[in-house]
Amino acid sequence: MSNKQKSLQSHPLAGWLMTAPALILIVLFLVGPFILAFGFSFTNQRLISPNPTQFVGLSNFEQLLGVGVLTLDPERDDAGQVVLDAEGQPSYPRLRDYTRNNPDYPQYDGMREWFSFSTGDARTYVLARDTVFMKALTNTLLFVIIVAPVQSGLALLLALMINQKLRGINVFRTIYFMPVVVSIVVVSLLWRFIYDGRNGLLNNLLEFLTFGHFQPIDWLGNPDTALFAIIGMSIWQAVGFHMVIWLSGLQTIPLTLYEAADIEGATPWQKFRFVTWPGLRNTAVLILVVITMQAFALFSQIDVMTNGGPLDSTQTLVFQAVVRGYEQQNIAGGSAISVILFLLVLSISLIQRYLTRERT
Amino acid sequence: MKHMTLLAGALALSTALTGGALAQTELSLWYHGAGNAVEREILVGIIDDFNSSQSDWKVVLEEFPQAAYNDSVVAAAVAGNLPDIIDVDGPVMPNWAWAGYMQPLQLSEGALDGFLPGAIGKYNDEVYSVGLWDAAIAMYARKSVLEKHDIRIPTLDQPWTKEEFDEILVKLKDSGEFDYALDLGMADQSEWYPYAFGPFLWSFGGDMVDRSSYTTAEGALNGDAALEFGDWWQSLFTRDLVPGTSQDMADRETGFIDGKYALQWNGNWFGIKTLEAVGDDLLFLPAPDFGNGPKIGAASWQFGVSATSDHPDGASAFIGFAIQDKYLAAFSDGIGLIPATAEAAAMTKSYAPGGPLEVFFGLSEAQAMLRPVTPGYVVEALEFRKALSDIANGADVADALDAATDAINADIARNNNYAPAN
Repeated sequence: MSNKQKSLQSHPLAGWLMTAPALILIVLFLVGPFILAFGFSFTNQRLISPNPTQFVGLSNFEQLLGVGVLTLDPERDDAGQVVLDAEGQPSYPRLRDYTRNNPDYPQYDGMREWFSFSTGDARTYVLARDTVFMKALTNTLLFVIIVAPVQSGLALLLALMINQKLRGINVFRTIYFMPVVVSIVVVSLLWRFIYDGRNGLLNNLLEFLTFGHFQPIDWLGNPDTALFAIIGMSIWQAVGFHMVIWLSGLQTIPLTLYEAADIEGATPWQKFRFVTWPGLRNTAVLILVVITMQAFALFSQIDVMTNGGPLDSTQTLVFQAVVRGYEQQNIAGGSAISVILFLLVLSISLIQRYLTRERT
Repeated sequence: MKHMTLLAGALALSTALTGGALAQTELSLWYHGAGNAVEREILVGIIDDFNSSQSDWKVVLEEFPQAAYNDSVVAAAVAGNLPDIIDVDGPVMPNWAWAGYMQPLQLSEGALDGFLPGAIGKYNDEVYSVGLWDAAIAMYARKSVLEKHDIRIPTLDQPWTKEEFDEILVKLKDSGEFDYALDLGMADQSEWYPYAFGPFLWSFGGDMVDRSSYTTAEGALNGDAALEFGDWWQSLFTRDLVPGTSQDMADRETGFIDGKYALQWNGNWFGIKTLEAVGDDLLFLPAPDFGNGPKIGAASWQFGVSATSDHPDGASAFIGFAIQDKYLAAFSDGIGLIPATAEAAAMTKSYAPGGPLEVFFGLSEAQAMLRPVTPGYVVEALEFRKALSDIANGADVADALDAATDAINADIARNNNYAPAN
């Protein structure tokens, strides 16, 4: 009997059988679609179309990533003096004259200003073939760069605070964890009311705290504040999840180490620096990788709260991939964005793995 | 869900067979109005009448929320799962017909005589869809407010001109009685933008695409007329005459009724509700004339037959049955839309001669213009909406219109000029 059981467990197919359900699902819903997207990104695949799909090489990527640099001298009057506009700034010829139907500058045709800066009198324009994509790319990177450290730091702080043996500490744990279990769509809708420009909760609160001196801000309607409003809300929403992971890490650290540190007369900071932090190493790596990946996938908040606006200030890569693939019926364009996002996340994860590797 | 319907169908079929009765063939119908009880009641009434009026077909209704409807149809089309009868928004129809998801209707000769042009969905000289109603937009105003501020009441023959309209908006804002002079409905970021604001552009002389060829937007969406429109559009927001893109949907629904907005650009489906709140003081005014006559958009939701339907004759029979005057009148009474024929209008409470919304019939007849009838409209509408939002939020007018033009042209090129596939 026991022999038979043993042979079943050591059967060469046993491992495969046990992983089969997960493997099949992952291949079907992750690997398969990704391989399809990779293939589509080199074609002109449409969501619906009577025309056959054609191979177009790298043109989807050229369209997304094309950039150019154009330096323009300010306009001068007959005497050679720089013409100043109403605000006293030098005025430049319209970019439109160079980037539209200008046979002298075919390389800039269809490009638009991404950003520009002045060098002396001349002004240098960095042009992009797809400025919406470029804005989505920079917004996504900005989001990741802010969210990853702030969210993991706050989560650690919360975890340290609730990792105490106090009466009713579970109430706090529940409260901090609550936003995680509420649907992100619901949370986004609620925060839309909080951020409302006329009588939102946030504006009312700030007005109350400043005795009415605060001028209400249309948080989601202003290109300067919209992305930061979404960053703040996103950090708040998922911080509880990472807090729980930190907490599990904290509880694996043996109490004896703290007792030993007490005997040595260590200060609280020294205890954190030399006992807690080294004990959290693996947890930290995990949290950093998870937050980075989640942050790159920013979509629902944008879809519910801003739709990428105002003035593209909250466009993100995943949002653009969905908009292009589905709304604009351009599966090839959406796939190309997904492939770029994949390569971006892959390379950042590899760098993170390298930087946080076990040094021997 | 699908399996349940199949199962139910199979059960119904087997009972019908054992009962010795002739089996009715099932036809599926998808409708965009989930959640609207009145619409459902009328539609179910039509379906029941049809099912019991003959013994060949049995129509089965499936409803979707409007926001998810187009996506559901496209997804079903990709999966090869379309119903027999689909409900389609007028301007989207050419896209679905071109993509091969719809087939021309098989209606009897003269079935559409007397129908408002906006209710007939024609593409490539074939009728693909027909609506039981059309919709129209008007400038909602209070007579008392106009009189108090000494503002001329415009007529279809003499609409407000651009300068006159501008002065009126400034005057109303300066009176200090309102949060904003005009509510355009910027909160409704959907097909509303091209439907409601496209006609302003047309009246300026621009368009979303060059309608003589339908192969480029250059010159139409970024020409001089369009730039003039864009400057005017932006000035509405910089002068704080209208609420911007971050307007609340709740303000959109009640702002005019509550007196926060002096004027409101709104559809006739809001007419009955507003009339109940405001009463006789309410006026439905024609669109301003920006140089090329006052314009409003035509075409609303319509019924068509999917290309993959096994029973297009049955599907067409249902549509032919549904476009009877009494049903047109029932929909109009239920949700306030313009019945598609004058005979039906005479049978309704609101659109009969002397009825409170009768004016919309005239507004539609005199000003209505179809949105570009091309498969490319889907992308043109999205780009137009984005350009208008961006300009409202302070983007450079020429750059925003250029961007939309380029995106539309790129889309047309990607699709071989949307030439019909043979």
